[in-house]
Amino acid sequence: MVKITIKGLSFSYGSRSILEELNLVVGDSEVLSLVGPNGSGKTTLIKCIDRILKPKGTILLDGGRDLQSLSRQEVAKYIGYVPQSTTSVLTSTVFDTILMGRKPHMGWRVADEDIDKVVDIMKLLHVEEFALKDFSELSGGQKQRVLIARALAQEPEVLLLDEPTSNLDVKHQLEALDTVRSIVKATGISAVMAIHDLNLAARYSDTLVMLKNGTVHAIGDPSSLLTKENIRSIFGVEAVVMRDLDRPYVVPIRSLNGEAEG
Amino acid sequence: MTEAETMTTEFSPENSELKEEYAQFVGRKVLFILLSLVGIAVLAGIAATLGSANITPVEVYTAILARFFPGTFHTTDFIDTIVWQLRLHRVLMGIFAGMGLAVAGSAMQGILKNPLASPFTLGIASAATFGASLAIIMGAGFVTGQYLIVGNAFVFTMLASLIVYGLAKYKGITPETMILAGIAIMYLFSAMTSFLQYVGESEEVQEVVFWMMGSLGRSSWDKVGIIALVTVACTLVLMAFSWDINALGAGDETAKSLGVNVEFVRILCMMMASLITASIICFTGTIGFIGLVAPHITRMVVGGDHRFLLPASGLVGALILLGADTVARTILAPVILPVGIMTSFLGVPFFIYLFLRRRKDYW
Repeated sequence: MVKITIKGLSFSYGSRSILEELNLVVGDSEVLSLVGPNGSGKTTLIKCIDRILKPKGTILLDGGRDLQSLSRQEVAKYIGYVPQSTTSVLTSTVFDTILMGRKPHMGWRVADEDIDKVVDIMKLLHVEEFALKDFSELSGGQKQRVLIARALAQEPEVLLLDEPTSNLDVKHQLEALDTVRSIVKATGISAVMAIHDLNLAARYSDTLVMLKNGTVHAIGDPSSLLTKENIRSIFGVEAVVMRDLDRPYVVPIRSLNGEAEG
Repeated sequence: MTEAETMTTEFSPENSELKEEYAQFVGRKVLFILLSLVGIAVLAGIAATLGSANITPVEVYTAILARFFPGTFHTTDFIDTIVWQLRLHRVLMGIFAGMGLAVAGSAMQGILKNPLASPFTLGIASAATFGASLAIIMGAGFVTGQYLIVGNAFVFTMLASLIVYGLAKYKGITPETMILAGIAIMYLFSAMTSFLQYVGESEEVQEVVFWMMGSLGRSSWDKVGIIALVTVACTLVLMAFSWDINALGAGDETAKSLGVNVEFVRILCMMMASLITASIICFTGTIGFIGLVAPHITRMVVGGDHRFLLPASGLVGALILLGADTVARTILAPVILPVGIMTSFLGVPFFIYLFLRRRKDYW
């Protein structure tokens, strides 16, 4: 079944248009990466899907429920948002931070069931050893895992990730994306992420969406999409695309000034 | 075992260990709240013994209980009068005023994500001072008679919070816009108060200055009733939104994605905090410091979860204000110092001590 259907989505900040008539479908158990230059609308699209911004056009969840007609709480049960790991959290332990993810499901009192779910998710993401540490004391990689854990505690059908690898070193970048991919494949939820690194996107995604000027420039599986031509027209960069273990990887050579402007 | 299976496994011993650890973590917070309650009860008994007539703490408690269980406890008319008509309302006023100011402060710090937010830094108290000054110096106000000063202080306090809300609404209700609007309002009302003091007679200015120092000396049973009712009701409303305030601490966007109606929660909590503050300081004058520091002291002990932080700060605020008033009444007896002076004299060194001793970031 389809998780999210986006039809004719437009968004602008004042007169500056960010997304224009964008169409996109997020399928079941799929890792979908949004790539494109700065200002192409990746983060804006993530925020529109999470109803943080209010766009024009239609976003349907779950094969038919209109996002705009749902309450925030209902959206929170369907979509879990993972902010960048640089996000600050007011004094809160790791346990409490993840427990917060239960908010859409629980009342004032924390049920035993909520605690059980938090404990399970902490073990799944290997953060149980610092359960009662303060979030602010963690390293970037640990923070990212806790933030993913919080989103998973919402028991969502879709995970939205905003630059999940920024501010992480190479090892933690791989670990964060390994985690996301294995959860998607194990549980059947889908992940939509905005990501800058084309090689990581290619390696961990089922579907790549290339955004340019607020609309979908190309969509498909990573190996057919990451071509010299596409990279030139999206980023204005001359690149060599090589192949390793049937996966493409991009080596940027030089910037082509002016050729992909606009 | 795959990761999907781990998610649904039955409880292993390790899981219950982690659950136990968390239960203890929560238990410590509950214990702190209970200890604070006991502390307040003890301090209240001691505070009620102080004064020109010499009575013991046991006599105080007996006199209190005698009204509730007349068959079991017996007291004299003299002690009954001293306790019930002269002292107990002042003690309770200290408890509820301290509680209210601290709850208002911790709610504001939480919804604005700012350690400096308090009823005073957001212009609310300076508006109250202006309202009172207007009544004292110009005799002008919204109500007449004996409630002129009280009424004015209350109305201007609520007015200030509405202006802060209006300005912030215009620019988008974020912590930054609310704090900047609050600071602007604070300076505006301070300047207007200064102007009134400049044109006022010296006795009137003295009265304003005395009002600004804050005191529990004007307490009475009906005032205690109003303060207690407003404080308890608003605190319950704020506590009902504890999870939402917690979520705001993770940032507006995250809070929204967790299902929180961010602007509504922020405005509602701001209004509750303003209402508590207004109903207290209109009777007591401006008692600073508690709304700022009681939440910080409490946060160092119980952490940032507002389900516990709000009630615990209230109790810590009650302890500080009652303690400060007790000292203020005894240190230069028979002269009674304004409690507003004493709260800072006692609280600031204590706060700095905690602040320096604490290595970990608590904010």
